[in-house]
Amino acid sequence: MTVPVEWYVALSAILFSIGALGVLLRRNAIIIFMSVELMLNAANLLFVAFSRYLGDLDGQVLVFFVITVAAAEVAVGLALIVVIFRTKQSINIDEINLMKG
Amino acid sequence: MDALQKLMFNFFPLLFLFPLAGLLLNVANGRFWHKPIAGIIASSAAGLSFVVAILQWVALLRQPDGTVIILGTWLQVGTLNVPFAFQVDTLSVTMMLVVTGIGTLIHLYAIGYMYGDPGVTRFFVYLNLFLVAMLLLVSAANYPLLFVGWEGVGLCSYLLIGFWFDRGEGGTGNANAGRKAFVVNRVGDLGLILAMGLLFWQLGTLTFDDVFAQATAVFPVGSPLIVAITLLLLLGAAGKSAQIPLFIWLPDAMAGPTPVSALIHAATMVTAGIYLIARSHVLFALAPVSQTAVSLIGASTALLAATIATAQFDIKRVLAYSTISQLGFMVAAIGMGAYVAGIFHLITHAFFKALLFLAAGSVIHGLEHGGHSDPVTLQDMGQMGGLRQRMPITFAVYLVGALALAGIPPLAGFFSKDEILAAAWQANRAVYIMLTLAAFATAFYMGRQVWLVFMGEARSETAVSAHESPPIMTIPLLILAALAIVGGGLNLPGVHTLGHWLGHTLGHGELLSFNATVALTATLLALLAVGLAYWLYGRHPLGAAATDPLTQRLGPLFVLFNQGWWVNEMVEWGIKRPFCHLSTVLAHSDEAIFAWAERQLVHTVQRGTAVLRRTQTGQLNWNVAGIIVGLLLIWLLLRFS
Amino acid sequence: MEFVTPTINILIVLPVLLVAGGGALLMLLELFMAEERVKQWAPTLAIIVLALAFLQTIGLWGQTHTTFTPEGSSPMVILDNFATFLNVIFLLTGFFTVLISVNYLPRVGLNRSEYYMLMLFSLSGMMLMGMANDLILVFLALEVLSIPLYILAGLSRPRPESEESAMKYFFLGAFSSAIFVFGIALTYGATGSTALPAVLAGVSNGGALALAGVAMMLVGFGFKVAAAPFHMWTPDVYEGAPTVVTAFMSVGAKVGGFAAMLRVFVSAFGSLGQTWVPAVAVIAAITLIIGNVVAIVQPNIKRMLAYSSIAHAGYILMAVAASVNSPDGVSAALFYMFAYLFTNLGAFAIAIAAERKLGEGVMLDDYKGLAKRSPLLALAMAYFMLSLTGIPPTGGFSGKFFVFRATLEAGLVWLAVVGVITSVVSGYYYLRVVYLMYMYDGEGELHTKPALLTAVALTVLATLVLGLLPGAWYEITKQAALQGLQVLAGG
Repeated sequence: MTVPVEWYVALSAILFSIGALGVLLRRNAIIIFMSVELMLNAANLLFVAFSRYLGDLDGQVLVFFVITVAAAEVAVGLALIVVIFRTKQSINIDEINLMKG
Repeated sequence: MDALQKLMFNFFPLLFLFPLAGLLLNVANGRFWHKPIAGIIASSAAGLSFVVAILQWVALLRQPDGTVIILGTWLQVGTLNVPFAFQVDTLSVTMMLVVTGIGTLIHLYAIGYMYGDPGVTRFFVYLNLFLVAMLLLVSAANYPLLFVGWEGVGLCSYLLIGFWFDRGEGGTGNANAGRKAFVVNRVGDLGLILAMGLLFWQLGTLTFDDVFAQATAVFPVGSPLIVAITLLLLLGAAGKSAQIPLFIWLPDAMAGPTPVSALIHAATMVTAGIYLIARSHVLFALAPVSQTAVSLIGASTALLAATIATAQFDIKRVLAYSTISQLGFMVAAIGMGAYVAGIFHLITHAFFKALLFLAAGSVIHGLEHGGHSDPVTLQDMGQMGGLRQRMPITFAVYLVGALALAGIPPLAGFFSKDEILAAAWQANRAVYIMLTLAAFATAFYMGRQVWLVFMGEARSETAVSAHESPPIMTIPLLILAALAIVGGGLNLPGVHTLGHWLGHTLGHGELLSFNATVALTATLLALLAVGLAYWLYGRHPLGAAATDPLTQRLGPLFVLFNQGWWVNEMVEWGIKRPFCHLSTVLAHSDEAIFAWAERQLVHTVQRGTAVLRRTQTGQLNWNVAGIIVGLLLIWLLLRFS
Repeated sequence: MEFVTPTINILIVLPVLLVAGGGALLMLLELFMAEERVKQWAPTLAIIVLALAFLQTIGLWGQTHTTFTPEGSSPMVILDNFATFLNVIFLLTGFFTVLISVNYLPRVGLNRSEYYMLMLFSLSGMMLMGMANDLILVFLALEVLSIPLYILAGLSRPRPESEESAMKYFFLGAFSSAIFVFGIALTYGATGSTALPAVLAGVSNGGALALAGVAMMLVGFGFKVAAAPFHMWTPDVYEGAPTVVTAFMSVGAKVGGFAAMLRVFVSAFGSLGQTWVPAVAVIAAITLIIGNVVAIVQPNIKRMLAYSSIAHAGYILMAVAASVNSPDGVSAALFYMFAYLFTNLGAFAIAIAAERKLGEGVMLDDYKGLAKRSPLLALAMAYFMLSLTGIPPTGGFSGKFFVFRATLEAGLVWLAVVGVITSVVSGYYYLRVVYLMYMYDGEGELHTKPALLTAVALTVLATLVLGLLPGAWYEITKQAALQGLQVLAGG
C-alpha cells in the first residue's frame, strides 16, 4: 500500500501548525522549545516524503543537516534556559519583559 | 606669440600661488614662529607676486594684444561652461601691478604698524588672502570667476574691518562696522548676480570675449535689456566702490587697522567697481542711458563726499570721505567714456591715497606710542597739532600726498584729475561743474587737515609725546611719495603712454588733448582753496580747546556736512527700520501660522507613535504573533498579485 | 551505488576557511595557553585572520569560480563579484568590530575569551550567505551566522537584560529558522531540487507549493534583516546585548540576510518576480514607517539605532523590490549596504565611547554637551547622523539617491514617495542627537582609545568618500551586481 504524497504534506503541515501554535500560546520555555523542534521535524518529514516521491536522495540527506542544526540549537537553547533560570528562578517567558516600547 | 612671451605667461599661476603659499605657511606654522616672521613671509609672498606681475607686463610689452590663459575646468553644467580662465591684457596687468606693487609696500609697512599686536599672524593671513582674491578679480576671464574674487575681497574686507572685533563703540563697534560693510556690499552683489543671470540668459555665455563679441550683435543700442544689465552692473559697482547710495559702509570701515584702510579701502578693493565697468565697457557703450547714470552718480558722489570731508574731525574719516569722492571722479570719468582717464586716476589715486592713509597711520602710530591708547582720541585732529617737528618724514610725505590729492601741478593728481575734468568739459557741463566744485572742496579739506594735524602747537599731551615711526614704515612712505610726485608721468598730455597702452584693451581713439582753460581753472581753484584753508586755520592756529572756525562760517551747513547729510540716518529710518519691522511682523505671523501647523503635525506624529509603540510589548508571544501575521500577509500578497 | 568525491577548489572558500579556522584556533588555544594570554592575543589574531582573508578576497575580485559540485548537479558554492563584494563588507564589519571591542570589553568587565571566537564563526556564516548556491547551504550559513549571535547577545550574563535579549533572540530565531526550513522543504517539493539554478528552472511551475515556499523563506529573511512585522525582537535585543555585539549584529546579520535574500529572490525566484515584488514592496513600506516613526520616541540610543536599523532595512528592501524591474536595483542595494556599514559602525563606535559602564551612558540625554567635551567626536557623530538621515555630502545620501532612483526606474513610485517622506521623518530623531550634543551642557567622560579613534576616523573618511565620489564606487557595485546575476542566470 502506498500512501499518496499529499497525505504526508498534510500531516507535516498539521505538525508544523501545532508547533507554531505551541510557540505562540505556551508560556513554559521548555515547551516552547519542544514546539520549535516539532516544527523542524515537520520540515524533516516533508523532506523525506518529497525525497521518496521525487525518487531523489538529496531530500533525505538534507534531513541530516537539519537534525544537526537542531542539535546545535538545542545545545545553545538549553544553556540559555539554564542561565535564565539561575537569574530568575523561573522559565516562564511572560516574565521575560524587561525591555519594551 | 613668441617663445619668450609664452615662457613668461607660464609663470602666470605663480601670481596666485605665492600669496596662497604665504597664507598657508602662516596658517600652518604661525603660532610656532616668532611673530614678525609672519609679516616677512606675507610681504615676501606679495613681493614675489609683484615680480610675476612685472613678468606679465614685460610679456605684454612684446605683444600688447594679450592672451587668455586657461588652467582647467571649473563648472560644467549643461550649456554653462566656466573654465579657470584668466585674461592677461593691458588692463588686467595694469591692475595687477597696482595691486601687487602697492600691496607689497603696504605689507612691509604693516610689519611695523602691527608689531606687537597679538593677532598679527591672523592679520597677515587675511592680507595675503585678500591679494589672492583681488588678483582673481582683476585677472578673471569670465564673470563667474570675477565674482569669486569679488566675494573674496568682500569677505577679506569684512574680516579685516572687524580685525579688532572686541574694540569700538560698546565693544562691538568694529564688529558692527564689518557687518555693515558686508550687508551693504551684498546689495551691490545682488546687482552683479542678476546682471550675470541676464547675460547668460540672453547670450548663453559668461566669458568676457564671447559676451562682448555677441553683445553688439544681440542687443540694439539702448535696448531695455542692455540698459537693465548695465544698470545692475552699476549697482554692483556702486556697492564695491562706495557710490551713492551705497557709500555709507566705507567711513565705518575705517575701524580696521590703517594698512587695511590703505590697501583695501583706498587703493585696491574699492576700485573693483571701476574695473568692472571698464572691463564691461562694450556693454556700457550699448547703453547711453546707463552711461549718463554712471557719470551723474559718480559726479554727485564726488561732490557730496567732498563736502562731508570738509567737516570731519577724525583723521581717517576725512580720508575715507575723500576716497569716496575720488572714486566718484573715476566713476564719472568712465561714465563719460573716458576710461583711460578713469584708470589713470585710479592709479595715481592708489599712489597718493595709500600714501595719505599710511602717513595717517604713521601719525596714529606715533601718537599711540606716547602712552595714550584710546583710538577715538588718537584719530581726533582736534587733539593733534604741531606734529611737523616731531614727525618730519611723516609730515613731508603727508604734504606730498595732500598736494597731489589737491591737484597742484606737477604732482600726479593734477594730471589725472585734469584729464577727467577735461573729459567732463566736453561731455557734460553739469558733471563738469559738480566735479570742479568737488575738486575745490578737496583742496580745502586737505589744507585744513594738514594745518590741523601738523602746524600750530600741540593741543594735547598725546600730541606732545608723539615721535617719528620706524624705518620699516617710513621707507614705504617715501617710495609712495616719490610715486605720488612722478605718477603723472604715466600719461603726460600729448604723450599718452597709458592711453596707448590701455588702448590695446579698451579700443583706440580716446587720447584727450590738453585743455589749458580747464587746467588753469582747476589749478587756480585749488590754490584758492588752499589759501582759504590757510586763512581759516593757518593765520591763527587752533587753540587747545577752541572750536573749528568753520563751525561759525558755515552754520547749519557745517552740521549737515559733519553729519554726512544724514544719509546714514535716512537709510536707518527709511530702509533698515521698516525692514526690521516687516521682519518682526513676518516672524510673528510665522509663529502664528506655521508654528501652529507644525505643532499639529508633531501632535499627530506623537499620537501615531504612541499607538505604534504600544505594539512593542516585549512579550515573546506577541512577537511570534507578529511573525505569523506577517507570514499570512505575505501569503495573501503572493496569492493575489 | 558509486560514491563520487566532489571536486573542491579550496582557494575559493579560503577566506571563509581562514575566518572559521581563526575561530577554531582560538578555541584550541585555550587548551594549551593560559586564559589571560588567550584574551590578550585574541584581538590581534582576529585582525590577522581578517586581514589575510581580506587580501585573499580582494585577489579574487573580477573572477568567477564554483566549487563543491556534486556529480550531475549544480555547484553548492559560487564565488563571483557579488559574493566577493559582500565578503569585503563582512570582513570590514569584522575589522571595525574588533577595533571598537578591544578596549570596550575589558572596560565593562566582559573580557571573555569566547567573544572573538564566536564573532569569527558568525562572520564565516555571513560570508557563506553570499556564496551559497544551494538552499540547504543558505540554511546552514544562516544557522552558522545566527547561533554564535544568540550566545553573543547573552555575553554580559548575569545581567538580566542581556540574558533576556539572548533568550528572545534565540527563540524567535529558532522559530523563524523553522519556518525558513519548512519553506525550503516546500520549495524542494515544488521544484525537485534545492540547487538554485534548478529552483529557477522549476519554480514557475511549482504552483501553490512554490508560493508557500517563497512566502516562508521571505519570512526567514525578513526576520534576519529585521523587516516589519518580523522586527519586534530588534529593539529589545539591541538594547540588551553588549553594545559591540549590537554594532556587529546591526550590520553583519542584516547584510548577511540581504546577501542570501538577493541571490535567492532575484535569481532563483526571478521568474516569479512579478509575484513577489508587491509583497516585498509592502513589507518595505511597513518597515520604513514603523522603523522611522517609532524611533522618534526612543530615549535610549541603542533602541533608537535599533529602529534606525529597521528603517534602513526598509530602504534596502526598496532596492530589492526594485531589482526585478530595474537594472540598478541590486547595485543600489549593494551600495546602500556598503555605505550603511561605515556610517552605522561609526555611530556605534561613538556610542561605545560614550558608554560609561555596561548599560550606563546609553540614553540620549547622556549625549548632551558632547560637543564641548569632545568636539571632534561630536562632529563625527553629527556627520554620521547626517549620513543616516541622507543629507549630502555623505555616503548615506548617495545610497538613498541610488535606491530611490532604482525604485523609480522600477515603476514603484508610491514606494519611493513613502521612502522620501519617511526619510524626512528620520531627520527628526537623528538631528535630535546633534541638537542634544551641541545645544546643551552635560557631563560624562568619553572613552577614546587609539583603536576606537582609528575606527571613527576610517568610517568618517569612508562615508565622506562615498558621499563625494559615489560614481566610482557605484560602478564597482554595478559590476558586482551584474556578474552575480549573469552567472546564476546561466546556471
